Amino acid sequence: MKYAFFPGCVSRGGCSELYPSAVAVAEKLGIELDELTSASCTGAGVLQEKDQRLGDTLNARTFAMAEQKGLPIMTICSTCQGVMSQANHRLTHDPSYLAEVNQELKPEGLEYRGTVTIKHLLWILMEEIGADNLRPLITRPLTGMRVAPFYGCYILRPSWALGLEEAPERETSLERVIELVGAEPVDFPGKSLCCGFPILTINEKNSLAMVARHTGDARERGADAMVTPCPLCHLNLDGYQPKAASTHGSKPDMPILHLPQLLGLAMGLSPRVLGLQRHIVSASRLLDKVKVRA
Amino acid sequence: MQAHLRVRRFDPEEPAPQPRYQDYTVEAEDYFTVLDALIKIREEEDGTLAVRCSCRSSVCGSCAMRINGHATLACKTKLTDASKGRDVVLVEPMGNMPVVKDLVTDLQSFWDKVWAVEPFLQPQGPVPEQEYLASNESMVHLTGVMNCIMCGACVSDCTVLAVDPNFLAPAALAKAYRFVADPRDGASKERLRALSQYGGIWDCTRCLECVQVCPKDVAPMDRIMTLRDKAMQAGYTSTYGARHTIAFSELLKESGRLDELRLPVMTFGIFNLPRMLSLVPVGLRALVRGKMPPIFHRAIPGVEHIRRSFRSAEAKR
Repeated sequence: MKYAFFPGCVSRGGCSELYPSAVAVAEKLGIELDELTSASCTGAGVLQEKDQRLGDTLNARTFAMAEQKGLPIMTICSTCQGVMSQANHRLTHDPSYLAEVNQELKPEGLEYRGTVTIKHLLWILMEEIGADNLRPLITRPLTGMRVAPFYGCYILRPSWALGLEEAPERETSLERVIELVGAEPVDFPGKSLCCGFPILTINEKNSLAMVARHTGDARERGADAMVTPCPLCHLNLDGYQPKAASTHGSKPDMPILHLPQLLGLAMGLSPRVLGLQRHIVSASRLLDKVKVRA
Repeated sequence: MQAHLRVRRFDPEEPAPQPRYQDYTVEAEDYFTVLDALIKIREEEDGTLAVRCSCRSSVCGSCAMRINGHATLACKTKLTDASKGRDVVLVEPMGNMPVVKDLVTDLQSFWDKVWAVEPFLQPQGPVPEQEYLASNESMVHLTGVMNCIMCGACVSDCTVLAVDPNFLAPAALAKAYRFVADPRDGASKERLRALSQYGGIWDCTRCLECVQVCPKDVAPMDRIMTLRDKAMQAGYTSTYGARHTIAFSELLKESGRLDELRLPVMTFGIFNLPRMLSLVPVGLRALVRGKMPPIFHRAIPGVEHIRRSFRSAEAKR
């Protein structure tokens, strides 16, 4: 199983623990990664505010590079996944638009033919590897750990661009992964809502209110941790949890795990390899609970 | 077929009123919508159930409610679809607004916000002898947004409104776009100035809920994004929202990827001491944990092609 790997900007920046943990988990899963080192940022929906066509051009360039390799793309970020899926949806549903965008790629000798599939690691786990193949790899089941899923908007909406209508099980894939690693999924109202990251610099008060509400709701329902397939959600829910807690009178004690960290722990990888020591909200109590030494 | 519905009930006239859930089982025809089932319950089983509806054909917007956790029109949702893979169909009133009774909500705040964007043409210049004329070509792009039936579904599920009642929210902002983009309107610049204030276009968190739930494909968030672009083009670039978008684009053009250290500095401005100081505790925590983005930011290989695409896009605009 081989993928053109699109790690995204944040997995090597503000969430630098994500990239190595994803690579380590991919190796355990037998996924060969061919990294798209010349690919640009997707625009994250921000560039698209100014110029959607330019955003689609940058993403078409990435798709063309994967197409040249003859590989599907693997993402590890809900936002990258969503922005790329939306771009691909527009490009593959309008041949004249695709032709116009391809004109922009010509000087680099690239052309996108519209054949690439883009899949988040979360979907690859459930759809390509499958529960039956995953189960034997769980050597350290996280028994007793209660985990609240937090998807990130862009991996859920709009459903028609993300293939959720053809594959509705994607909407509950995170709960299935939590079960597969031996933990217990905790249902809570915020799991499909916004973490607040996109308005962090614009309206910090509202952004922090979202962090406080979601971490508080998860705590109230007995979660020991939250898990997210989106590093931007992680940046807000983990990095800004202390500030959100101080403004809302709560405790900053909800560890936020990246999806590969949850998997890696259950696959026997060391917390250090998974970068768990890099979180703002300490995961040490969580590790104690499942008797893993940091 | 037999369908099971779990309906959120609330009667303000009860002593110590509290929301509760009540289960109903309905003998339904295959063609039934969720609204058909609710009307059958009301007419044959429980006359106390309050439901608001009128046209029953997705035109009037009266029967918006949450079905299985998301706002939609009950008359547009087939019962068989809503029951798929579920033992029970969950039916609740819309969110982000007070409940009058059971599935009926009070839309006063919705209408107040629509009214706040001055949803009427404000042409400037001399009044023509007959009507204001606009070509088909200049109006056709507005047909999507004019599909709005004011049902409130987007407002019900707006994630920003859930934490900040001051937010104008998707329906009113989509309505604002409808007039900003109307070639006959003369107040677009003033509208964009007002919409750039707190509670307006820059407070949307781009969560796509409104795009997902709108039963008429109005895509309110897409309209908000276009308003952001129009506001920046009209010169309203001093808000943190506009500064963030402009800085993000400039940094992407420069290196092909996100420079997380420079983005907040450029958004706030290096001499904006209060905001720069507010970054210190977060930065220190990240530094201690080894979570800081690299100080020396490297451009991607082939960044010159990204820059060319930017220049080409700028020339086209």
